[in-house]
Amino acid sequence: MTQIPSLDLDPFSIEFFENPHPVHEVLREAGPVVRLDKWNVYGVARYAEVHTVLNDPLTFCSSRGVGLSDFAKEKPWRPASLILEADPPAHTRTRAVLNRVLSPTVMKQLRGSFVAAAEAKVDELLAKGSFDAIPDLAEAYPLSVFPDALGLKQEGRENLLPYAGLVFNAFGPPNKLRQDAIERSAPHQAYIAEQCQRENLAPGGFGACIHAQVDTGDITPAEAPLLVRSLLSAGLDTTVNGIGAAVYCLARFPDQFARLRNDPTLARNAFEEAVRFESPVQTFFRTTTRDVEIGGARISEGEKILMFLAAANRDPRRWDRPDHYDVTRRTSGHVGYGSGIHMCVGQLVARLEGEAVLTALAKRVSDIGITGPVQRRFNNTLRGLESLPITLKAA
Amino acid sequence: MPSIHFIHPDKRSERIEASVGDSVMQVATGHGIDGIVAECGGNAICATCHVYVDESWLARLPAMSEDEDELLNGVAAERQKNSRLSCQIKVTPELNGLVVRLPNRQI
Repeated sequence: MTQIPSLDLDPFSIEFFENPHPVHEVLREAGPVVRLDKWNVYGVARYAEVHTVLNDPLTFCSSRGVGLSDFAKEKPWRPASLILEADPPAHTRTRAVLNRVLSPTVMKQLRGSFVAAAEAKVDELLAKGSFDAIPDLAEAYPLSVFPDALGLKQEGRENLLPYAGLVFNAFGPPNKLRQDAIERSAPHQAYIAEQCQRENLAPGGFGACIHAQVDTGDITPAEAPLLVRSLLSAGLDTTVNGIGAAVYCLARFPDQFARLRNDPTLARNAFEEAVRFESPVQTFFRTTTRDVEIGGARISEGEKILMFLAAANRDPRRWDRPDHYDVTRRTSGHVGYGSGIHMCVGQLVARLEGEAVLTALAKRVSDIGITGPVQRRFNNTLRGLESLPITLKAA
Repeated sequence: MPSIHFIHPDKRSERIEASVGDSVMQVATGHGIDGIVAECGGNAICATCHVYVDESWLARLPAMSEDEDELLNGVAAERQKNSRLSCQIKVTPELNGLVVRLPNRQI
């Protein structure tokens, strides 16, 4: 049996977030499984092991929480998710409900309005010339389409991003990021709980479609609001960071933006490659349900395993030239949205938003220049920027 | 090794040696068949690994699940009665010689 190397590093520290890539390499090269003494967890950072853990949900469960906190030992900070923090067979039923609400067929209906909104946004920003790509594009665009697609009221939408930031900070350890977020959470939690109710969701939206499945008997009236909550938790900040990552990539790698401009049909793949390259969702945990051997190492029942999705997405064992952003790369198989039964249920919405924004940029913009200091935003799970000052030139 | 024939929209045909146990989608993406996108990597979410199965092979394939049937309603190209998602077809020795046609678009 392989000895599991112990590493003395904190993958939830600000120093780590500032430049995670060298540490990801240390984690990958130390072995297929590592021990992280700081938080008493195991870690996997190679593609093969991350993929294995993601695709064996009965051994590596989610119902004990997908953050550091073990729900078998600690009360969750909010009522557990019925989908993210559930295992089969319970998960199978709720997942089918959200699959229907966010299906390829539904995306076909949304495409026209999402594309039009992206074109209008890029035109507005071109008129402005110089702006901050994070608030003015990466946040503004999803905020202009997703809450409407969900069927949310206009009032109170300013709570959405703080709530999502809270959810993703709360997966981390009890550090300052998590404690501060939870301390400030009461008004955001109250807003979210209210918007999950049937009477607050406009007809035809994702939220109303979830509640409609109460009528067909697929879910109970008590379950519907919690499933709406899943979309409010994970449907916005993720795409904000995905679009932010894509714009940051295109601004940093002008040769890749030139290839995209030359063939705007690459937009969807250029977005997908940005999700691989930056991995907006960096990590998730699982908990072992039995003694298990993985990568030649033995792990006991009841242990937390931290999956470094971002490190797997740049594992040279799996990817050719992993540290290069390449808009023509075959990205299928990356774990930026996870893999297996818990793979992001909203991935088609994310891709539609990303494709719409990148297509509009490819067709209307000739140059993206970074014009000021780039600032990172720190979160225990999400990787993204606070500020990205850029100037666009019209094509 | 069983071989799978992929026929492109321009009628070009590619014959690929497949490993038993892989899905037809994995066979295609592992050999650079561009007509299969497979955005979700085989998790039956995205409907971008659509193929038209040659009629003579249709009956020999595993039955279609309700999920696959629902996803096929969302494919980008026209759905036909021989439409399948290639991620849901596992390669077996009996599928040696399987012929699938690629649609003109996946997105």
